[in-house]
Amino acid sequence: MTGLPDRLVEFVGALREHGIPVGPGETIDAAAAVDVLGLADREQVRAALAATVLRRSGQRAAFDALFDLYFPIAIGSAETAAETEDLGELRNALVTALAQGDTERMRALAAAGVEVFGQYGSFGEGGSGGGGMSGWSAYQTLERVRPDALLSRVLAAIRGEQGDGLGEALSRQEAQSRIASFRDQVQAEARRRTAEFRGRERIARYAVAPQPDLVSFTNASSQQLAELRRTIQPLSRKLATRLAARRRRSRRGQIDLRRTLRRSLATGGVPMRPAMRERRPGRPELVLLCDMSGSVAGFAQFTLQLVQALADQFSKVRTFAFVELTDEITELVTAGAADPEGLARRIMTQARLTRWGMSSDYGDSLGSFVEGWPDAVGPRTSVLILGDGRTNGGDPNLAAVREIAGRAKHVHWLNPEPRSAWGTGDSAALEYAREVPMHECRNLRQLTRLVTELLPG
Amino acid sequence: MQEPLFGSVDEVVELLAGAGYLASTPVATTVYLADRLGKPLLVEGPAGVGKTELARALAQATASDLVRLQCYEGIDEARALYEWNHAKQLLRITAGRDQGWEDTRDEVFSEEFLLPRPLLKAIRNPEPTVLLIDETDKSDVEMEGLLLEILGDFQVTVPELGTITATRRPFVLLTSNATRELSEALKRRCLFLHLDFPSPELERDIVTLKVPDLDARLTESVVRVVGALRSMELRKAPSIAETVDWARTLLALGADTIDEQVVESTLGVILKYQSDHRKAAAELRLDRLLA
Repeated sequence: MTGLPDRLVEFVGALREHGIPVGPGETIDAAAAVDVLGLADREQVRAALAATVLRRSGQRAAFDALFDLYFPIAIGSAETAAETEDLGELRNALVTALAQGDTERMRALAAAGVEVFGQYGSFGEGGSGGGGMSGWSAYQTLERVRPDALLSRVLAAIRGEQGDGLGEALSRQEAQSRIASFRDQVQAEARRRTAEFRGRERIARYAVAPQPDLVSFTNASSQQLAELRRTIQPLSRKLATRLAARRRRSRRGQIDLRRTLRRSLATGGVPMRPAMRERRPGRPELVLLCDMSGSVAGFAQFTLQLVQALADQFSKVRTFAFVELTDEITELVTAGAADPEGLARRIMTQARLTRWGMSSDYGDSLGSFVEGWPDAVGPRTSVLILGDGRTNGGDPNLAAVREIAGRAKHVHWLNPEPRSAWGTGDSAALEYAREVPMHECRNLRQLTRLVTELLPG
Repeated sequence: MQEPLFGSVDEVVELLAGAGYLASTPVATTVYLADRLGKPLLVEGPAGVGKTELARALAQATASDLVRLQCYEGIDEARALYEWNHAKQLLRITAGRDQGWEDTRDEVFSEEFLLPRPLLKAIRNPEPTVLLIDETDKSDVEMEGLLLEILGDFQVTVPELGTITATRRPFVLLTSNATRELSEALKRRCLFLHLDFPSPELERDIVTLKVPDLDARLTESVVRVVGALRSMELRKAPSIAETVDWARTLLALGADTIDEQVVESTLGVILKYQSDHRKAAAELRLDRLLA
């Protein structure tokens, strides 16, 4: 088993780079576990490493991808590969495999697809050229095989059994999820092959998707956004527990001298039962002001939904959206709780946010908010402004921000751009940051921390 | 090191199956490792995937005693570890009034007046024991400190009696619903297992095992519908327990196929929120019936 400790240490290093904290103690545990199990069964080794190294369920996807890189299923081309060089034949075989849900067969076909259609660059003799730009591309493979276009054929193949509405809906859903897993298999295979060729560390660093809570809001893909949305419910539950615990702690407060003395009269002036001063936790009103223009819409939507899920922590939540103008969207958000995917579309179609363009105008938006809803912000209101502060060269209207800050209890600005990009180009972030505290809020982890800090307890 | 409970991963699968628990490879491997490495096992996952059930099956499979500590908000040492039986101590003191202080003290703080709570019970048990610490995330942070000490070296110090060390290490299983992040220190001492919804094949086997009278074709459909429901964005995805309940319901109703009507009328068994209900009905096209 020479080389295994080295491999394990490299693997742990890659995990750390992906934000999974693994200490030396855990590495030793992992080694002990592998020692007990042996290397005969790959799935057992995977389970053993996951059990010793992971501490949180969100880390699993990154772990699996890295495991496949560092403990690959095979070296070189898989033996089932190259059974067919013909695209049509491959797609036919894929339809059968997808219809039957045969995972092993799908994996083999993914390997074959990458082998035949995914290669790019110049390989020299037998693939040992080591040229700078060559490898296996999942993108290229998927462009050729086009698994998504097979949906109707797969459906037809499954449909044999049941033809009613329910069966149809079930088959469609299954076919879609199998096609998605085929795409993942192709990507994993391409990563594995390229890693052999161009070095494991490099591929581990660039080609493995980050953990969901570290995905940046501004360049998340629609799939990643959907994954993020799925975390809202558990996250809001966690935050609510945390806030409730904080409130409980603060209840064991100071002694209320007046009430203690009053009580002591019943026991002849001896204070037997001290009375504690009760703290009345103020449940504040919250106003959200969100930039809904293209560049930051994903971030704003996500935050809207998170706040919506936390609504019972506040006495009142009002939400406003703006692009060129501001409009109240509280009703839309509340009514749309059942259908989070369509929220952005409904906001854009039903609220009056634009005049003629689609690019954000902070000056007019903030101005119209201050004028149109003077009653929204009062001394008990906390205001959260979500946006990147990119004015497209227009007037930032600092006076409006100042006015909001003057009227509200707190104002915080959450900016989804990295701090280094503030104030570059048309960004007025630094000017706004002088008026109100601005926080960098690029990913879920930062948002969670901010929400806990900013919320009252 | 004491004798391990299991000889191999396959043996874990076999023994657990004998106790009515079908374990996947990750579950069996992790259980095997927890046993061999002598570490507690922290099981996390959504409600109803069989975390507590795993402990029960483990106890049955290895013929161990199951000691269960249910955590809740405000649980403390007196509820988890041990407590002196004050009432009995007072009785003893009044009964032996003419005895000297020395004698009384020695007697009052003896084994007889100790009320062992689950943790102490598990440590003192000479028989093989499975200690289940259920819903650890519900307890306060202070409780974790206590657990750390006990899970670290399996010993408890009672000031009046001295240190009690485990004669036989219990197999410790902690469960958590992740409503609160457990402390790093506690997590580091445990093996971590994330239990998720099972694969369709495994779930089919589970339903067959629990509801053997249900038609095989119907079982297949049940699992497919549940799988489809889990892939939607629901507030609460149906758990294994709910799948089994649903299978039982269908059996009781004497349904022979699953069609829109049957699903519509029994959806309440698997979905517990009105909004989920509406959404599922729309996506499974149950509304076509009404049109």
